[in-house]
Amino acid sequence: MSETTATGSAQAAHAPHVELGFWRTYLFSTDHKMIGRQFLFLGLFMLVIGGTLAMMMRWELAWPETAVPGFRWVPEPYMYEGIIPPQTYNALFTMHATIMIFLVVMPIMVGGFGNFLIPLMIGARDMAFPKLNLLSFWVGLVAGLVMLSSFFVPGGPAASGWTAYAPLSAKTAYTGVEWGQNLWIISLIILGISSLMGSINYITTVVNMRAPGMTYFRMPLVIWSLFITAILLLLALPVLTAALAMLLFDRLFGTSFFIPEGGGEPLLWQHLFWFFGHPEVYVLVLPAMGVTSDILSTFSRKPIFGYHAMAFSMIAIAFLSWVVWGHHMFISGMNPVMGTAFMMSTMVIAVPSAIKTFNWLGTLWGGSIRFTSPMLFALGFVSNFLIGGLSGIFMASTPVDIFIHDTYYIVAHFHYVVAGIIFALFAAVYYWFPKMFGRTMNESWGKIHFILTYTFFNLTFFPMHILGVGGHMRRIYNPLQYEFLQPLQPLNIFMTVSAFLLALSQIPFVANFFWSLFAGKKAEENPWRANTLEWATSSPPPHGNFGAVPVVYRAPYEFSSPEVKEDWLPQNRRLGTESTAGRSH
Amino acid sequence: MLRWLPENVSTFGGEIDSLFYIIYYLTGAAFILVTVLMILFLVMYRHREGRKAVYSHGNTALELTWTIIPAVIFVALSFMSVTTWGRIKAHAPPADFQVQVTAKQFNWEIVYPGPDKKFGTEDDFQVDNDLHVPVHKVVHVILKSKDVIHSFFLPNLRLKQDAVPGRDILVWFEVTKPGKYELPCAELCGFGHSGMRGWLYADGPDDYQKWVQETWPGKSQARVTGGS
Repeated sequence: MSETTATGSAQAAHAPHVELGFWRTYLFSTDHKMIGRQFLFLGLFMLVIGGTLAMMMRWELAWPETAVPGFRWVPEPYMYEGIIPPQTYNALFTMHATIMIFLVVMPIMVGGFGNFLIPLMIGARDMAFPKLNLLSFWVGLVAGLVMLSSFFVPGGPAASGWTAYAPLSAKTAYTGVEWGQNLWIISLIILGISSLMGSINYITTVVNMRAPGMTYFRMPLVIWSLFITAILLLLALPVLTAALAMLLFDRLFGTSFFIPEGGGEPLLWQHLFWFFGHPEVYVLVLPAMGVTSDILSTFSRKPIFGYHAMAFSMIAIAFLSWVVWGHHMFISGMNPVMGTAFMMSTMVIAVPSAIKTFNWLGTLWGGSIRFTSPMLFALGFVSNFLIGGLSGIFMASTPVDIFIHDTYYIVAHFHYVVAGIIFALFAAVYYWFPKMFGRTMNESWGKIHFILTYTFFNLTFFPMHILGVGGHMRRIYNPLQYEFLQPLQPLNIFMTVSAFLLALSQIPFVANFFWSLFAGKKAEENPWRANTLEWATSSPPPHGNFGAVPVVYRAPYEFSSPEVKEDWLPQNRRLGTESTAGRSH
Repeated sequence: MLRWLPENVSTFGGEIDSLFYIIYYLTGAAFILVTVLMILFLVMYRHREGRKAVYSHGNTALELTWTIIPAVIFVALSFMSVTTWGRIKAHAPPADFQVQVTAKQFNWEIVYPGPDKKFGTEDDFQVDNDLHVPVHKVVHVILKSKDVIHSFFLPNLRLKQDAVPGRDILVWFEVTKPGKYELPCAELCGFGHSGMRGWLYADGPDDYQKWVQETWPGKSQARVTGGS
């Protein structure tokens, strides 16, 4: 069988090599790979902060109004000898959610892996607009710094929840937080600009810069997911930005968009916020689904089950995500007829999610499954998404939502979905680490990390369902203030201990990550024997990614194809004898 | 999960609990099905030397099946929910007893219309956090807020409704068992949100009269600070 392999490393040596110096290589780089790494490090740093805030909350919920060990240094009135006052508790959950959503999951999944993977996997040399890309990171970093600076202003950071429901968020008198809330708004507006620049870049790149032969339906599902995510961001963020600007005007310039005394409407904020907020949920979870699809296929050594159904279900989710926002508002005072309409659309959007889950299962069927660290984390994501998806059906039913709305049932649900993304995130880090950094992470430590994280994640978040069924409200500072919640307190303590162990379970990851960064085994070009184009160049890829631009002959998941002896068949490998090999199945 | 649900004491709570259980059993079955298959596949199809994976891109019949079955179940669930939702939210039965509850940072201000059964008159009686209602009677609550959004939550009645400033929202319920039930605020409303809590007393007819005699002052518009 004669064949030509258009792998990049051979030609990479011939690519023009330009020395850019420290500043333009590591800080103000226009290379999508470096910008991707920068987003990854920004997100991982923020993960430590967001996680620490969560640990403080867990301490308070288990042992209310006792001193948090190690936090006696925090000055009054933010903490009293380590004891968290209610105001600070409200700030903790507000900032925990804000940081995790906007400064961890989005930077890592969309900013980090989006940047790193899109050009490599579609066979482009870089993003369409490299300078816009550079700007997107630095603007995002400024937004992160503005958000962190709000911890240091008088009155403390925002304390009206990440949803910032007006009028609580619209008047300083209601929370006592002045500049903390303003900076929160300003930071999210800046972050919106950063995401907008990123999404325009992603869309343009995917539409215009695919390698020859890379049709839309030969794109890996992770690229599909990032493409759709970018479109959702482009359309959803302006709504948030507009709402935030209105909120800032209410706070600073005496307007009354959301304040009833001045003729404003509090529910307007909720409509605008969730019109952004629900597509945002899919912005967070779609890339995780894409990553999972790629990894499940690779390590099952089998084509993804129902590729077209997978792509179309993501497209369906993207369309439907615009008409489900009202399910956050069933008990808000909105017209009950609208509640019924939003229940129907919500039940419909559950269908494509179900399709995806069954297709993942179909991918495993008949495979030859390798339990590598990325595979384990991808399976963990599926398992958590299954629970998070199923628990969502409860709150989609309007009457059931009357009871479980604003309880820990909701907290359990969105942590299984959104915090569950961290499994896809770890899967992606373990999987693409060799390509990103040219070295391999330690597999044994990766597996230990998985087992610990999976165990303690479930022990932390599963009991939240039970608390919610018991009626335990979210965002309360001391459950012992309520007689009906006192019998549930042992569960709170159990979850707190599990949460601490979940945090400690990340030590193997941190150690493995940094150790491998400098001393890991040198990675080869295609360590996982995968088919997509990022594996057709050296690890890490050179500036410009490929020697010669690869030509794509087939779909991305041709594992165990009868056409070749090996169990993988790269997208860019031309089978000489088969003139029809380029035709997609 | 049955034992975790608080005791239900409202006329419509049973319907909500039944829906909860239908969904619980359906999702439980789906969870077991997918998890068992997943574990089975992971064991059966683990990598072994010499065996190659099945080269398959999918199966249209199978994919249609697992698209249509969940879709039918979801549509059925919606229709089952609509009836109960309508009964609770849209078609309140005529009131036997009316009371006005105004949420404020961080108390429930409760106004009884007094003997003339009209609000805003001299014989109104106002108290914080003590909501006394007769058992087995349809109670209408006119829910308001003075400042931010709060949420009127009665876990034992399976009832929750946000109180929105600028709006009067009608909430109704009928308690089926005399007793004292907690009334927390369920929507973040500021630093005192945690601990914003009242009590619902569902009194038998005699008990209600006794409470009125003991607590309501002879003169009108008197304020009594309630709570316990």
